[in-house]
Amino acid sequence: MTSGAIPRPTTAGEDMIPRYTLGERVNHWIGALAYIYLLITGLAFWSPYLFWMAVIVGGGTTARFWHPIFGLVFFFSVCRTYWEWRGDMKIDDADRAWSKAIGHYIENEDDKLPPVGRFNFGQKSFFWGIFYGVILLLLSGVVLWFTEYVPWELRYLRYAAILVHASVALITIGLFLIHVYMSAIMEEGSFASMIHGKVTRAWAWTFHRTWYDKVSGRSSSN
Amino acid sequence: MSQAATEIVRISAHPGPAPGLGLNREFQVCKLVDTTTCIGCKACEVACLEWNGYKFSETTFDNSYQTMPETAWNYWNLIKFNEHEREDGSLMLLMRKDQCMHCVEPGCLEACPADGAIVQYANGIVDFQEANCIGCGYCMTGCPFNIPKFSPEARKVFKCTLCNDRVSVGLEPACIKTCPTGCLHFGTKSEMKELAETRAAQLREHSGFADAGVYDPEGVGGTHVIYVLHDAKNPELYGGLPKDPHVPISVKLWKEPLKWLGSLAMVGGVVGLVWHYMRFGPKKEEPIKPDEGKRA
Repeated sequence: MTSGAIPRPTTAGEDMIPRYTLGERVNHWIGALAYIYLLITGLAFWSPYLFWMAVIVGGGTTARFWHPIFGLVFFFSVCRTYWEWRGDMKIDDADRAWSKAIGHYIENEDDKLPPVGRFNFGQKSFFWGIFYGVILLLLSGVVLWFTEYVPWELRYLRYAAILVHASVALITIGLFLIHVYMSAIMEEGSFASMIHGKVTRAWAWTFHRTWYDKVSGRSSSN
Repeated sequence: MSQAATEIVRISAHPGPAPGLGLNREFQVCKLVDTTTCIGCKACEVACLEWNGYKFSETTFDNSYQTMPETAWNYWNLIKFNEHEREDGSLMLLMRKDQCMHCVEPGCLEACPADGAIVQYANGIVDFQEANCIGCGYCMTGCPFNIPKFSPEARKVFKCTLCNDRVSVGLEPACIKTCPTGCLHFGTKSEMKELAETRAAQLREHSGFADAGVYDPEGVGGTHVIYVLHDAKNPELYGGLPKDPHVPISVKLWKEPLKWLGSLAMVGGVVGLVWHYMRFGPKKEEPIKPDEGKRA
């Protein structure tokens, strides 16, 4: 397999295997950009000390107008991800074994970990956290979006919505931080794979051996 | 108001009280609504529209004298009517002028995320600064009286200003000026409280309203609009005046513990990740060991 005309610094000249389709990658970046916008504007509404963040994206009124619309973009992006990856994201016995040994993963002793498929337990946890999180954010977000249409008799929905929206957003921020750290900074090759869609054989073998065995035809089972 | 800067309340290492304390006129303003002398003429509704320059809205007929179900973004003052049958079978037509209560502890202001969109003046008036309002509607969730209303046209929230523009130049609010029965009064908080208590005592002693009293709810630290009610034990009868209003507990939880815990967790998370990178460094792919089919 040859590399294309575009320079690929982390992967140049290596034997690559496809990991993410173009559709998966485009969808990922639509969701990512939407989330970053939601993060900036959401943090602006979160704390007066961070209100300047709304100013850099066009002011508080503009931020309030677009935040829910970008929220819908993010929601649909997550829905598409769910549709494509729901099978790959099922947590199985291999994940449970991996999760018991997660200390080795944290301490970069990957050779001591049991082999995993296309996604490891951490990635699956992230995915399900974002999936259920976005549902709660959407439900509470609609109440906050159209507060004026929530009748006074149902004001408890408003009270619940502000707490749920902020709490769930905080959880997704935690997941987001770990996700960005793991993929863009810590695990070399991951970020490039979400751009170019390919990983080296060694990367796949090191981090997702069951998946590697499957796609490379090394495995006789499944 | 300028006198407040020179009026000393406490002095360090000084024996006895601060000289001159309490000599200045109180500048906490208050509107007193005596529901027992309101005739429901709605002149205050008209005066409010006139002064604030809003169009006359369409009215809604709901088998009552009430103009519309609740106040609107461009209709800040509404008389709420309730036909109340008392225990002895007699009928009372209860009328209450509904508007912003100008709470000492305003839920709208606590919930607002926009810098400078809601202010509380030293005279007690809580005022929206629409230029700074971002139209998020959190004030509507924070208010225990259902007062702030969203304007879809302006995408901002509006409410009664207690005629801050009039009060600041020494005039009484427009609704007070127009009231023909004298059921509306305007003055300092202590004067109005005293007048209200006098009227409530009169109602208890001479008019047979044993439960007459003043509505100045403690839950929001008191209000700068107070009511005299025939039945202070059941304020809900007066168009849903809440018995014990307070800033919603979820707004309190969100603005206090959750805000600090969440901010701490976010900073802690980033610090933790930086620490992890410095301690363990990046994960690198290993060369494939061809002999190895399975691990562990």
